[in-house]
Amino acid sequence: MRVKGGLGLYGRYLGISIRSQMQYRASFVMLSLGHFLVTGIEFATIWILFERFGSLRGWTLPEVGLFYGIVNTAFALSDAAARGFDLFGGMVKNGDFDRVLLRPRGAALQVAGQELTLRRVGRLAQGLIVLGWSASRLAVAWSAGKALLVVASIASASCLFFGIVVLQATAAFWTVETLEIFNCLTYGGVQTLQYPVAIYRTWFRKFFTYVVPLAAVSYFPGLAVLGKTDPLGTGRLFQSLAPLAGPAFLGLSLLAWRVGVRHYQSTGS
Amino acid sequence: MRAPLGPYRSFFAARFRMLLQYRGAAFGGMVTQLVFGLILVMVYEAFYRSSSAAQPMSLEQVRSYVWLGQAMLALLPWNVEGELRAMIRTGGVAYELLRPLRLYPLWYARTLASRLAPTLLRAVPILVLAFAFFGLRLPPSPAAALAYLAATAGAVALGAALTVVFTVSLLWTVSGEGITQLGTALVVILSGMAVPIPLFPDAIRPLVEFLPFRGLVDIPFRLYVGNLPPSAVLPLLGHQLAWTAVLVALGALLLRRGLRRLEIQGG
Repeated sequence: MRVKGGLGLYGRYLGISIRSQMQYRASFVMLSLGHFLVTGIEFATIWILFERFGSLRGWTLPEVGLFYGIVNTAFALSDAAARGFDLFGGMVKNGDFDRVLLRPRGAALQVAGQELTLRRVGRLAQGLIVLGWSASRLAVAWSAGKALLVVASIASASCLFFGIVVLQATAAFWTVETLEIFNCLTYGGVQTLQYPVAIYRTWFRKFFTYVVPLAAVSYFPGLAVLGKTDPLGTGRLFQSLAPLAGPAFLGLSLLAWRVGVRHYQSTGS
Repeated sequence: MRAPLGPYRSFFAARFRMLLQYRGAAFGGMVTQLVFGLILVMVYEAFYRSSSAAQPMSLEQVRSYVWLGQAMLALLPWNVEGELRAMIRTGGVAYELLRPLRLYPLWYARTLASRLAPTLLRAVPILVLAFAFFGLRLPPSPAAALAYLAATAGAVALGAALTVVFTVSLLWTVSGEGITQLGTALVVILSGMAVPIPLFPDAIRPLVEFLPFRGLVDIPFRLYVGNLPPSAVLPLLGHQLAWTAVLVALGALLLRRGLRRLEIQGG
């Protein structure tokens, strides 16, 4: 009953946000198109490098395209949905969060419901196009199971990116400021994970596998889809179950968020 | 009697000093830049290890190039000058028109400050760290270093001229984020910031080398790493200056046109 009420309320919030953005339709179209082009540069870069070097340590362009498509699609979804947490530093600074606490609903729900940023559709479209292109180019025998694994990987990576932004907002309970350092994990994570992590140095790869498990949610399931042997030596069962790390990370982030809410002291402004 | 450049220099100095206050943001930005630099270096190392063919740029050169790019990122015409954008949106631009100064040099001076201050804050620590730990090399010769410094000055002038063109376009579109984003996309790929231009496919390189954008990154960075000889510096500076002149003329023309049809948004 409570869960249903919560989801319904979230839906209402998003409806309001979407309607308000649609008041500026021309601006929305321009911004989405701009976002599409800016994020598309990344793939142009990868294409140029493949033209020059032929392959990347035995990986082909369509194979890299699969990782690229998964991580960009996932980040676009999370970036659109987590905008409220992105703005959270400002809410703490202005004291706006006090109002949220007065209402008889969960704080996370209200913060998340502030905005669904529609113009992220630019990156989303770009990620999906690359994903579609690479799916058609890959010599993979597509099955329902493999398609499901791609979807699970995207959903899981979205959860993980969302979790990082929640942690970033949680830090604002103590610092009052949104910490730009977390951009290393969000934007830096996208940059890292659009290539197969096997190409990176060990310490770097381990960080993105065990500390912030972005490799677990995109690289490992991606390998299972490609049917490739992992140069790092993981097995298929592990690769197929690895996407569970995304929701787990989000769950832990929300626990940290709760601790933060209990710790909250208004700035009084 | 005051020197004719006096007031413009004052606007430059005021904006510059104000932007130097944002040291916290500069620290966060610096760490992010270091991480991105590390990722890029590892990606290039992997690509270079994948092919035994001779490349138009060595891995050592690319490594230094990447770190210069991270250090000088704020110098690129990413975004329009923040104060001017706000003024155009709120109608505060009317005050700019009341000043007994010429508008184009005034806007150019403001833009120059907002490019240089954040760059200085970030560039020095990033260069020092990259030199100490991450494989940035010194220029191969004193001549290369001098050529680099000259070309960097050219890049600053060119970058500010291009930024003013983006800024003036706001007089038409008001919200203007669309055109800025498009401009950013063009600059990042065509300047050589995303990938060094020597690594581009041969078919598109002549076009990219003709366009103004290479003056921002490609020319100074390749002079630094020794991929372009210091003896070639004069024609390269000519390329930068010619395009700077074209963009200044274009910016001034657009500004005149834009002001003629300018309507100040209410109170």
